[in-house]
Amino acid sequence: MTDLAWIEGAITAARPQAMAALLRYFRDMDAAQEAFQDACLRALKAWPKNGPPRDPTAWLIMVGRNAAIDAVRKSSRNTVLPPEELLSDLEDAEAEAAERLDGSHYRDDVLRLLFICCHPDLPATQQIALALRIVSGLSVREIARAFVVGEAAMEQRITRAKAKVGAGDAPFEAPGPIERAERFAAVAAMIYLVFNEGYSASGKAIEAKGGLCDEAIRLARLLLRLFPAEPEMMGLTALLLLQHARSDARFNADGQAILLEDQDRSLWNRKMIGEGLALIDKAMLKRNPGPYQVQAAIAALHARAARPEETDWVGIDQLYATLEIMQPSPVITLNRAVATAKVRGPEAALEMIEPLATRLDGYFHFHGARGAFLLQSGHKVEARQAFDRAISLANTAAEAANIRQYLDRVTAEAEKSST
Amino acid sequence: MLYAILCYNQEDVTCAWSQEHEDEVMQKLGVVQERLTREGRLGPVARLMPTTAATTLRKDRDPPLVLDGPFAETKEQLLGFYVVDCDSLDGALEIAKDLGKANPGGSYEIRPIALFLPGTPSGVIDA
Repeated sequence: MTDLAWIEGAITAARPQAMAALLRYFRDMDAAQEAFQDACLRALKAWPKNGPPRDPTAWLIMVGRNAAIDAVRKSSRNTVLPPEELLSDLEDAEAEAAERLDGSHYRDDVLRLLFICCHPDLPATQQIALALRIVSGLSVREIARAFVVGEAAMEQRITRAKAKVGAGDAPFEAPGPIERAERFAAVAAMIYLVFNEGYSASGKAIEAKGGLCDEAIRLARLLLRLFPAEPEMMGLTALLLLQHARSDARFNADGQAILLEDQDRSLWNRKMIGEGLALIDKAMLKRNPGPYQVQAAIAALHARAARPEETDWVGIDQLYATLEIMQPSPVITLNRAVATAKVRGPEAALEMIEPLATRLDGYFHFHGARGAFLLQSGHKVEARQAFDRAISLANTAAEAANIRQYLDRVTAEAEKSST
Repeated sequence: MLYAILCYNQEDVTCAWSQEHEDEVMQKLGVVQERLTREGRLGPVARLMPTTAATTLRKDRDPPLVLDGPFAETKEQLLGFYVVDCDSLDGALEIAKDLGKANPGGSYEIRPIALFLPGTPSGVIDA
């Protein structure tokens, strides 16, 4: 008897590749999805009876294809395949299918499937929802829960997104190097969006959204396994692992965010950190840096510090400087300023962020950081003004509460010095 | 005789395990490991990181070639190993069967060990 947990794991693992192959075959998202679902139902019946197939992915693709062809009576177009009850014994047929799978462009198929989901006409949230439904196989209910919307609304959103992307405009032929690199960048960005959707959750939403981080890591690992020499994919996977490793330490019992410096580092997940460090180490050997690698390297320097005082702020400052050149953005400069404050003092940091004032005026973190720098350099009145502004811009109660802690500190110090 | 029990499985499957399933498997394996430890037959145990973290050095040329990923692209990957002390292959197979009951799926390759240097690695990493 084949373990049910094993079957579930095998199906989950096979899904992206099987869906990609079925989409290539049917050239239609709905048909591919139905075929895959059909194959899964048959697997649940056949595998416990006949034992697991040697190659579950090949089995699911063949049976899915077969079932769909049966259903639409298009058998004239194809050789009729044996019924699935026999397939577990048909090592040759399986080996042949597996061979076709490995021999063809299945890596590009999976990349393509992910790429379709990040259609530029789709807003980010729909890209994520579509990828989670089509590639990861999350149920509509699970996705709806993660986005805090009703199931019917999410169903409609996904249907609309699917209609928009159709089978995608991207051709099914193997892409050239430039095209592949473009698809790669779009897919990596989408995976990071999935991750951040989960990572940015706070309070009660953590439970609903936390799974998105794991899902993003799974997708990143999948792509990395298909393209094992891509340094940016190593960087992205490392970045996600190193960030996610801190999950258990990021909030206190009341759901308030705990700053990196104040986190209990014994709660950081050493296994994820170990893998993240191994990956970024490997990526750096390539001497072909990119934004994900640099961000992962920054996260790695935080992860390597056993205590906050041991953090290599000079290294972090330099890495942010590199990131500023690669991806100029006021938010990155703001992040760099935090490191600069540690290395060269709060005045240098204030000077660095001054030019950002107009562009980041509506940004909560700008005023929060500015307030902290002002406080450190002894400008209490101005610090208070900055914190007040930050609170008025806070997106969540947790953000506001965080700034209030600073404000309380200013008030307490003011009272202390006046008595 | 010392035997290596090399653990092969599809890592995309093991990576898709839920935390609950993972904990359950590790707990069941722990029971077998504890018994072997009591019997003084358990040597070093290692669980390897995913093959995405692997690097291969091809040393059949000079200078050697550094490649990403494991040595061979196979359906199942080497994910870890045990070193156990047994009188015979039979004994090693018995242990492998017990481990297999705790963690079904994949396969174990049982290979006698020719040279064993226990070494003194500084860090113990908890799974």
